[in-house]
Amino acid sequence: MSSSNALKHRKACLYITLAILAVWFLVSLGCSILFREWMDQNMPHVGNAPFGFWMAQQGSIICFVSLLITYAVLMYRLDSKYGYIDFLPDSIDSVDSKD
Amino acid sequence: MEQSTLNFIFIGISFAIYIGIAFKSRASSTKEYYTAGGGVSPLANGMATAADWMSAATFISMAGSLAIGGYDGSRFLMGWTGGFVLLTVLMVPYLRKFGKATVPDFIGDRYYSKLARGVAVVCAIFICMTYIMGQMRGVGVVFSQLFGIGIPAGVIIGAAIVFFYAGMGGMKGITYTQVAQYCVMAFAYTIPAIYIAIALTDNFIPQLGLIGDYVVGGEHVPFLDKLNAINAELGFAHYTSGSISKVDMFFITAALMCGTAGLPHVIVRFFTVKDVLAVRKSACWTLAFIAVIYLTAPTIGAFSRVNLIEKLHQTSYVDAPKWFKEFESTGQMAWVDKNDDGIIQYYGPAESDTNSNDVFDGKAPVYPADGSGADVLFGKHQERLLANKEAKNPNPNELWFGNDIMVMANPHMAGLPPWVIALLMAGCIAAALSTAAGLLLVLSTSISHDLMKKIIKPDLSDKEEVAYARVAALVSLIVASYFGINPPSAFIAKTVAFAFGLAASSFFPTLLLGIFAKRMSREGAIAGMICGIGFTLGYIVYFQFMGGTKEQYLFGISPEGIGTLGMLINFATAFLVNTVSPPPPRYVQKMVENIHIPSGAGKASEH
Repeated sequence: MSSSNALKHRKACLYITLAILAVWFLVSLGCSILFREWMDQNMPHVGNAPFGFWMAQQGSIICFVSLLITYAVLMYRLDSKYGYIDFLPDSIDSVDSKD
Repeated sequence: MEQSTLNFIFIGISFAIYIGIAFKSRASSTKEYYTAGGGVSPLANGMATAADWMSAATFISMAGSLAIGGYDGSRFLMGWTGGFVLLTVLMVPYLRKFGKATVPDFIGDRYYSKLARGVAVVCAIFICMTYIMGQMRGVGVVFSQLFGIGIPAGVIIGAAIVFFYAGMGGMKGITYTQVAQYCVMAFAYTIPAIYIAIALTDNFIPQLGLIGDYVVGGEHVPFLDKLNAINAELGFAHYTSGSISKVDMFFITAALMCGTAGLPHVIVRFFTVKDVLAVRKSACWTLAFIAVIYLTAPTIGAFSRVNLIEKLHQTSYVDAPKWFKEFESTGQMAWVDKNDDGIIQYYGPAESDTNSNDVFDGKAPVYPADGSGADVLFGKHQERLLANKEAKNPNPNELWFGNDIMVMANPHMAGLPPWVIALLMAGCIAAALSTAAGLLLVLSTSISHDLMKKIIKPDLSDKEEVAYARVAALVSLIVASYFGINPPSAFIAKTVAFAFGLAASSFFPTLLLGIFAKRMSREGAIAGMICGIGFTLGYIVYFQFMGGTKEQYLFGISPEGIGTLGMLINFATAFLVNTVSPPPPRYVQKMVENIHIPSGAGKASEH
């Protein structure tokens, strides 16, 4: 693995991270706090709950879980592409490791 | 069977299971014990981390603050789950690759400085200490309920048990015990919610009940509308709108999120898994398991609010349910018959001209001394009298209750069978014990290992190190118990929020820069940490202990949310100092480049 490969990997990883964080900000601090009134009025109710309120108490948490799953999948693909997946054998000597 | 007998049976059984599992997994496989993630699947590891993460604050206090605050309570919901996204995409995979056992260890090596390590240790001590205070309060609430005693005695009993529990050694490492604890907690939390959802909304999924209809006594109205109507009628803000300002809400939520990503005892959990890939998987499972409880909390909060008001408001004291008198006898609920009509009235701030609904003067009820005559101790309806002075601002509200009592009172209010209440007790104790013991372990190792061994006395023998750890654990438990009895704020959740503010203003920026800014120097990092945590701690102490008033808030930010500003100060100071200080040595820059390559993370650290 050359250093230019490492750099490419790092750049791609940064894009994934920034994309995840953008969505994260939008669903939590954005929908649920900053633009809540607008969301309450202009978005469809979820059941009987105003959209912004529902996002704050339920929707954002569901989004967070999906974000982490997406992140794990995307990063796994990226790491495989650049050959950064470890296949460490589960050897016996993993007990007497470092301090 | 008596409720108290049932409680003891459930708690006894759960303890027997924990100890049994601990004993068995220790005896059969030392290998799994040391390489936690190596032998344990990411699923089990995620469950264990979730148990470790969910504390008494989550379990007992969060639903209470949701019930009181409605929308305002969302700050805890989003803050404590959203932080995991930051933690997973910005922190733990890289820290795991770096391969050190503690957070001060990483800071000490990355910033090539003993001073940086020392500052990090001090920050870790402050953060863990504040966090444990909240846990001790939670333990106190549970034990006071269990034995029918006051909270101070409950805190002391709890402290003794936590000390014994943590002292059994390595409890934290035994992942399977925490798996069992998670199961107890999850059942204890969701089963009452399901029962109540069926009773109030005719829907057995509480989350659907919340957005569904209220169907008691022939009524058929949207549940949240019903709740808003009740709140408005009694003079409270609408449940779905809340009363905290937008700025404050933003800052508090951000502080909780960033704080989560900088909490030493959470980060440490991820150092024990096999490799970077397993870190990401483990984080997914952890958050999924946490979400089960966090998605239920808002439903418990909303249901218990309706129940509380329906059962108590405009009820005469003589006819009040039995549980009200039980909570009254332990000092967690109180009634002052202001208008002398023998009926309990509960009103919000908007019902008075003074915009207050204080029942009495002071934060908590004070009772006359035990030896006093019966006419001083009890009123004419046999209610418990208070020694507090009258509230400064006159208002019609007569009912006081500790916010942390909501979850415990919930099944009583809904009239659930005794075994559900017993299960809830066991769940509360599991939540408080697992977190308190884990924190105590992190706190004592950062004093004995990072402070004593790595900085003050490098020639410390293993035996002395353990001795220091024991003493540190004992001292911190005593301090934490003191603040558990005299809490710095009315909510457990709020006390814990301060710990997050401290973490957000110290570790979060420093770790982030350590990972992503290759040229960040030690001078920048140290100055940043000191300014960030110093500012935050000062602000909290000023407003919680030295009588600062709301009008003095900086930009209208309450002490809970000031961690976000502290974090920005940390970043700014670090960059500013960095421009005038020499760049880090080449080997450090190489090291930082290397942690971005996910493979070859080395063996899991031992915990």
